[in-house]
Amino acid sequence: MGHSTTNYNLDQKFDFTAGLKKSILTVLIIGAVILAAGILMAALGGGHDEAHAEGGHAFHWYQRLFANLWINNVYFTGIAVIGVFFFAIQYAAQAGWSAPLLRIFLSFGYWLPFAGVIMIVSYFIVGHDIFHWTHKSLFDLSSPDYDKIIDGKGAFFFWPLEKGTFPAFFIIRMVFFFGAWVLFFNKLKNLSYKEDINPGNQSWFQIRKWSALFLVFFAVSSSISAWDWVMSIDTHWFSTMFGWYVFASWFVAGLSAMTLVTIFLKERGYLEMVNANHIHDMGKFVFAFSIFWTYIWFSQFLLIYYANIPEESVYFIERMESDVYSPFIFVNLALNFFLPFLVLMTRDAKRHGIFLKVICSLIILGHWFDFFLMVQPGTLGQNGGFGLMEFGMLLVFGSLVTYVVLNNLSKRNLIAKNHPMLEESYHHQI
Amino acid sequence: MERDKNFILGVYDDEDVLLDAISKVRGSGVKIHEVYSPFPVHGIDDVLGYKRSKLPIAAFLFGILGTTLALVMQFYMMKIDWPMIIGGKDHAAFPDFIPVTFELTVLLAAFGMVGVFMIASNLKPWGQPRIFDIRITDDKHVMAIDLAVNSSLEESQLSDVLKNSGASEVNFKSFE
Repeated sequence: MGHSTTNYNLDQKFDFTAGLKKSILTVLIIGAVILAAGILMAALGGGHDEAHAEGGHAFHWYQRLFANLWINNVYFTGIAVIGVFFFAIQYAAQAGWSAPLLRIFLSFGYWLPFAGVIMIVSYFIVGHDIFHWTHKSLFDLSSPDYDKIIDGKGAFFFWPLEKGTFPAFFIIRMVFFFGAWVLFFNKLKNLSYKEDINPGNQSWFQIRKWSALFLVFFAVSSSISAWDWVMSIDTHWFSTMFGWYVFASWFVAGLSAMTLVTIFLKERGYLEMVNANHIHDMGKFVFAFSIFWTYIWFSQFLLIYYANIPEESVYFIERMESDVYSPFIFVNLALNFFLPFLVLMTRDAKRHGIFLKVICSLIILGHWFDFFLMVQPGTLGQNGGFGLMEFGMLLVFGSLVTYVVLNNLSKRNLIAKNHPMLEESYHHQI
Repeated sequence: MERDKNFILGVYDDEDVLLDAISKVRGSGVKIHEVYSPFPVHGIDDVLGYKRSKLPIAAFLFGILGTTLALVMQFYMMKIDWPMIIGGKDHAAFPDFIPVTFELTVLLAAFGMVGVFMIASNLKPWGQPRIFDIRITDDKHVMAIDLAVNSSLEESQLSDVLKNSGASEVNFKSFE
């Protein structure tokens, strides 16, 4: 509002202080210790618990570790790619309000190369324990384990090789998606930094073009990666909404993370031009997409519940009839729907950092539980649960991602100082 | 003098001049009755010192009413009045009720909010809207000041305040 002639300091850089690094490192170490304690307890306690053998396979404690690694990596990959996605959205929508926040969104992409390496490497270590379809005997006609349904889906993983051998198509997709995401991220990042040196609208138009291309690619790749990395765990089961479901979960978690970083920087005195109106908009996004996630979650649930076809409802029966997982369904809905819906409904809650800080942190935890519910029942059966191992691994991943994001954010200007819409964003008022 | 009858009107050509003018006029102790403009002016409610609208509260209450009505209606129909087994479920299968509940919540919240807004802004069908100046539907902003409320000031003083604040013309308007 009005005609402020304030000259904001646009060359500001985020100072990633030693104190901050130390706090993140402390969380990392605490997480690692909790994780180690969890591993020790599992290895010593339940390691030889063969009584709970599922489907002919004895359960080993390390399977729980593997499932955990997969949950966290898929989850944080999503948060990272959502940063780039949200950045691209701003350009495709020609949004002006978010101009000073763009670098924050973009910086989440720095986690993508790490996530890609972890995922590809860990697939070769943990894949066999996570994905039922990797078992060779399923595709062997002469084996008693032969599974006609999985055999029918086999080509999706193994093409062009023989089913049950090396999942070439699956790996190619994984490498291709990560490769393309990182390439798009680099392109957008370089264009955004180039704008700092060359003023004018040229960079903006170029970024918009690349953003549009990325959005089209992401629309397809996010869905397929959700089928590949998450839905294929329950190999027999399928849901046509799953791609959207995973995307929605990623999106809310990513928005919450971006909101938290924005508030964090604001509280430390950066981003002078960002005021309650910008925070309000971020809050609206978190609020709206929490409802969007609930809509997707419930649509998937209701159709399956209503039709009650055994091959579909098995997914929810596995979760709801289980003593291990059924409480988490309600935790999931409480943290990801009721809490943001009721708390962020009022305007004031979206404009004040304290509400958003609490809610966004809980949403990040809540959507972790969402992925926990997607992955664990299919991989661990009744041997899963939320314990020290899960909590420790979440802290380890969370602090690593935070470190990488903040570290890279501190290397360049915090604000795209030649962005043509900065002036518009100063006057943003809602 | 009777209240809400006789007004002095300041006509403004530009919304930025108007925003400054509102602060100036209020600063000189004059109480503004209302400001009319042909389009929404950002920040105008702040300079006018208006409190936040209570409309969201009305929307929330109507929403709650919709939720309650929908659940009660479906429960009565499906469980009490005419129980039917659908898909082997319990008569009152709660998840099945959600879509209708959602729709009725949104419907009543929206209708309720529009209705409350209409009544509160005197846009109800039986209401008689008062037109201060026909040009507020075109390109002029009009600031209306109730003479009775500001009886401590002379009409000429009010007129000067308006002119000094940047009004392009000053008029009088009386309603029966």
